[in-house]
Amino acid sequence: MKTNNTDPQLNDPDEIFEDARQYMNIGPSHPATHGTLRVMVRLNGETIEKSISEMGYLHRGKEKIAENNTYHKFIPHTDRMNYCSALMNNVAYVMAVEKVLQIEVPERTKYVRTICCEIARIIDHLICLGIGAVDLGAFSFFLYGFHQREEAYTVIEKLCGARLTTSYTRVGGLAMPPPDDFFLALKKWLDGFEPVFNEMDKLLTENKIFKDRTIGIGAFTKEQAMAYSFTGPCARASNINIDLRRDQPESVLKYDQVDFDIPLGKNGDVYDRYLVRMEEVRQSVRILRQLSDKCPKTGPVWCDDKRVVIPEKERVYNSMEAMIHHFKFFMEGFNVPPGEAYTAVEGPNGELGFYVVSRGGPMPWRLRVRAPSFYMYQSLDPMIKGQKIADLVASLGSINIIAGELDR
Amino acid sequence: MSANQLEAHVAKLQEALGGMLVRLERDRQNVPIFWVKREQVIDALRAAKETNGLEYHFLSDLTAYDDTDGEDEAQGRFVVVYQLYSPQGKTRIRFKTRAADGVSVPTATVLWAAANWAEREVFDLLGVKFDGHPDLRRILLDVRWQGHPLRKDYHWRKYQLFNDPEPIPEHLLKEE
Repeated sequence: MKTNNTDPQLNDPDEIFEDARQYMNIGPSHPATHGTLRVMVRLNGETIEKSISEMGYLHRGKEKIAENNTYHKFIPHTDRMNYCSALMNNVAYVMAVEKVLQIEVPERTKYVRTICCEIARIIDHLICLGIGAVDLGAFSFFLYGFHQREEAYTVIEKLCGARLTTSYTRVGGLAMPPPDDFFLALKKWLDGFEPVFNEMDKLLTENKIFKDRTIGIGAFTKEQAMAYSFTGPCARASNINIDLRRDQPESVLKYDQVDFDIPLGKNGDVYDRYLVRMEEVRQSVRILRQLSDKCPKTGPVWCDDKRVVIPEKERVYNSMEAMIHHFKFFMEGFNVPPGEAYTAVEGPNGELGFYVVSRGGPMPWRLRVRAPSFYMYQSLDPMIKGQKIADLVASLGSINIIAGELDR
Repeated sequence: MSANQLEAHVAKLQEALGGMLVRLERDRQNVPIFWVKREQVIDALRAAKETNGLEYHFLSDLTAYDDTDGEDEAQGRFVVVYQLYSPQGKTRIRFKTRAADGVSVPTATVLWAAANWAEREVFDLLGVKFDGHPDLRRILLDVRWQGHPLRKDYHWRKYQLFNDPEPIPEHLLKEE
């Protein structure tokens, strides 16, 4: 590396060692990668000259599994993609299948699904914010967030009986209607969460060390972010005004019934991504409060379409026809007419899309998952080029790569 | 966007594409699907991206599927799918093109940097090659893997086990 500076006092110490290049490997199993990722870097002193990102360590062939299982059997697999926001994946998947079937679900289901999405967004953002802070040494911030995340899981447990792998939605409905005390538990959690979150904000947002470590790091301009198909909080941090909650009014979810603001960043650096995520959590709390008031507390959760409705247990145990129907449903699955549809929802990390191609029959011909992490991770190499090795960790944390979704 | 607006928009797209358009279809949500010839796919995508009033600046997704035993299999076994999104108009369209086994599709990395890994994934899982791609390697699977798993003739339980870790090609780190 050549330097034009003649004053040796002002030279960057990195530039003194002209041939001091070394290669460093991070991952696949490393505390700072939060999953099985691998980054190989070529360093000049502490500066990253070139890097290669590798992935595929958690590849389980979900898309191939989908082609060989019925539509119903694939629902638990969607939990295992983005395991930080399993509910969101459930909702997005069944919406995609419903669009190919052209099924309309009842109002109550739409509301409950939207609530699911927003809870998932909060817990996913808490993970991203907390872990991102841990990487930079702010441990207590993470613990505050993680405690509240566990409380949120208790609310989810009330909803569907599981904490992490929810599998809550069904094609054409929900596994079960939310219990009567669910909305009370949700409100109670929100009331407890908001003051803690404000405290978290005070703890870290104006922290000088945190600001020094994040401002101007991993910056992506608007044009770069567009070229790399950025969506979600990272795109909004780069000042791209895009949010599928607002931009898809024809969507099944009930975002047109609530008021919320969409925060935008300016510089697209790690700090802006942090700020956008913090504000989005607040907005999600606001949306949840409105939705829990508006959500119908009674009414059907299943659609009228007899093809996809799971027969009630009461009838299955007491009538032969329903018993046969039950076995037919779970052993053979339901037929989906030929056709295709692409459904995108605003996931916590960005556009989460399911592209279903059907040729008729109970199994999809092709199921493609458009994972936001896949497109985010691709941008890591240009993002960290020319920066310090310690900033790699900050950049990687800020784009929130979930390995299960990345490799599928 | 109302139905009339959508029709006007589709007409505008048809005009921009001109002779490049082979067939226009609709999917189950009434999203237009533009079938284009393999050689012209980049020109068609560029028209959608850069024509005034269309502005599909956003490559939402790039994927492909195996169309074995399909109606038009004779024209190419694989279908490469480009999902485009316009943040201005808030509309989605889809481009499709066909490629026979062993035939290359021109790369979309000249238009979007994001196409790089998406094309690598298509190459990895389906074996469709992309002409002019800067770095066409396997991405999800090991470099020693035999076959392409998302092809319909690949059985889903056909595992391949490697005991040694995958070597990272060192020349990639050395070049500038």
